[in-house]
Amino acid sequence: METRAARIFCILMVVLALVLPGCKEAETPPAQETAPIKVGAILAVTGPASFLGAPESKTLEMLTEKINKSGGVNGAKIELTIMDSGANPEKAISMAKQLIDEKKVLAILGPSTSGETMAIKNICQEGETILLSCAAAETIVNPVASYVFKTPQKDSDAARRIGQTMKDMGITKIGVVTSNAGFGVAGGKQLAAIIPEYGITIAIAETYDKQETDLTGVLTKLKGEDVQAVVNWSIVPAQSLVAKNMKQIGLNVPLFQSHGFGNIKYVEAGGEAANGTIFPAGRLLVADALADDHPQKKVLTEYKTDYESRHQEDASTFGGHAYDALTILVEGIRKAQSTETAKVRAAIETLQGVVGTGGVFNFSADDHNGLDRNAFEMLTVKDGKFAIYQK
Amino acid sequence: MSFAQIVQYTFSGITVGSIYAITAVCFNIIYNCTGIINFAQGEFLIIGAMTAISLSHVVPLPLAIVGAVAVTTVIGGLIEIVFIRRVSDASILRLIVITIGLSIVMREGMLHIWDEKVRSLPYFTGSAITTVSILGAHISPQVLWVLGVSAVIVTALTLFFRLTTTGRAMRACADNRMAARLCGINDRWMVTLSFMLSAGIGALAGCVISPVTQTQYDMGAPLAIKGFTVAILGGLGNSMAAVVAGLFLGLLEAFVVSQFAAAYKEVVAIAVLLLILIFRPSGLFARRDVTALRTA
Repeated sequence: METRAARIFCILMVVLALVLPGCKEAETPPAQETAPIKVGAILAVTGPASFLGAPESKTLEMLTEKINKSGGVNGAKIELTIMDSGANPEKAISMAKQLIDEKKVLAILGPSTSGETMAIKNICQEGETILLSCAAAETIVNPVASYVFKTPQKDSDAARRIGQTMKDMGITKIGVVTSNAGFGVAGGKQLAAIIPEYGITIAIAETYDKQETDLTGVLTKLKGEDVQAVVNWSIVPAQSLVAKNMKQIGLNVPLFQSHGFGNIKYVEAGGEAANGTIFPAGRLLVADALADDHPQKKVLTEYKTDYESRHQEDASTFGGHAYDALTILVEGIRKAQSTETAKVRAAIETLQGVVGTGGVFNFSADDHNGLDRNAFEMLTVKDGKFAIYQK
Repeated sequence: MSFAQIVQYTFSGITVGSIYAITAVCFNIIYNCTGIINFAQGEFLIIGAMTAISLSHVVPLPLAIVGAVAVTTVIGGLIEIVFIRRVSDASILRLIVITIGLSIVMREGMLHIWDEKVRSLPYFTGSAITTVSILGAHISPQVLWVLGVSAVIVTALTLFFRLTTTGRAMRACADNRMAARLCGINDRWMVTLSFMLSAGIGALAGCVISPVTQTQYDMGAPLAIKGFTVAILGGLGNSMAAVVAGLFLGLLEAFVVSQFAAAYKEVVAIAVLLLILIFRPSGLFARRDVTALRTA
């Protein structure tokens, strides 16, 4: 150092450097925020069930944003963690454990498929975490596990509505084709048990591989049995394939599909062959055609408009299941006036008249699905669009 | 079974059989030239169909198909140049594993570009509900397109390999690569050409079958496995045999469906395949001297 002044200057700098930080104004204490509500979601956003998981994931993000913007639930914001399981049950298991043990979520929404849900059902029950599944299998809520709920309508109700419609049409002999995936197998069993109750015989029931690309052989067999109608229980792509192949081989009888037909894309894939298909579905697909005083009309049209304007794609009933799951959870929290898992769980069981996209939910200790056969509307396809089926 | 039903099942069988046959022929083209089994072959069909579907929104259908075939041919050539050619002294097994890896990469690439939705090309003639009646059976006109295009492909290939210089050069490469090189044939270019030819033909087959079977990003792998099965069944390396074997397998599957539960279709077909391979390991039509995987 050259001069004494410089030396003093340096010492002063050092002293100031040590003292000043301590003189900072005391930070304003963090605003008293209510702890956010931690919600997890395990969805098949990519992979073979992405037609389920992708709309579900988009719907949850959209709805969470909406709820948080309008102040959250009881003043607390929802903190949503979406995990992509790719419809893989093993991944779903490890994700569930992560969400329950590490993130300590209040509830898990999803998974998208029945296989994954059954894999994590016990984990959630033992981990005392609410599970609101977006998958359809009966076994999810039967036997009832106190923490496990599901939002899609029952397979058996779908079969019943189909049976009733066929009976009204005077059909007595049908052929059933199902895919060999979980959904198809479960549907096949329901049909075999329920259709005969309506005085209808299943003359022939065939299973095909879910990746099948040509169903003319199977349908020729059905044609040989002179069936009066065909019921197909599968998901994409077989749904459109059955419609096309039937027309091409000249099997001109009514085609009934499962509630897995719930997206206009499948109608487009089937082209003209899809016209005349009859299937049970949630009313989302015909929201515009509902009477203004229908209890679901407001929720459905709002969801449809929001989803379609935000994502530039048609809303499907599948995204609606996730909408219902989050709505039910939020209602449960509001009713319980608490975010304690046990209290919210108990509150959900007492919920009545919750209007969702899939129907109007009425829960009880024995009924963890909350929907009956009236949640379905029988729809048909006219000129490439969905319409309510009129007899 | 009534005669009309027999005809119906026959059409079912030869439709799907001709696609197996074309895939097997493509396997054979590459195998003959290089000894590699190209497990990415199925993906070529799907890329061809998907590209055509995208192009068909912009240009008329025939142009879209031509464009798709061109694009896929280029992709086939690029794959050979970038991946296969560089691995100059690799064992055949390593190259085969590379093609498996490539098929996975291509599949994921397709998923990213086109997402998982099921799409299909518009019917070449008619629509989803047009049907023609032949000998009492009802089929979509698209089925006739599939059969016609397959026949044209097989005939054109046979003429190409038999009559043109390039075709003969490729056959020379297949017989003895070193000797061909000594004769002045650019064997590396022949290998690239074999990939390009396989890819282009695969793309055309993918386009013509798309209206019937619909197209999804992951349909390549099962198709490749079936095609490979048929190639083995006919005798690896023998293209005409592959055609016969393909039609045979297709018909077998169709008639199994007619007699047994449709769920057993794959089981019976594969069981028959196993039996044939046990008693004639080189396939139905193999020449006795070609029994080992060639290593040239």
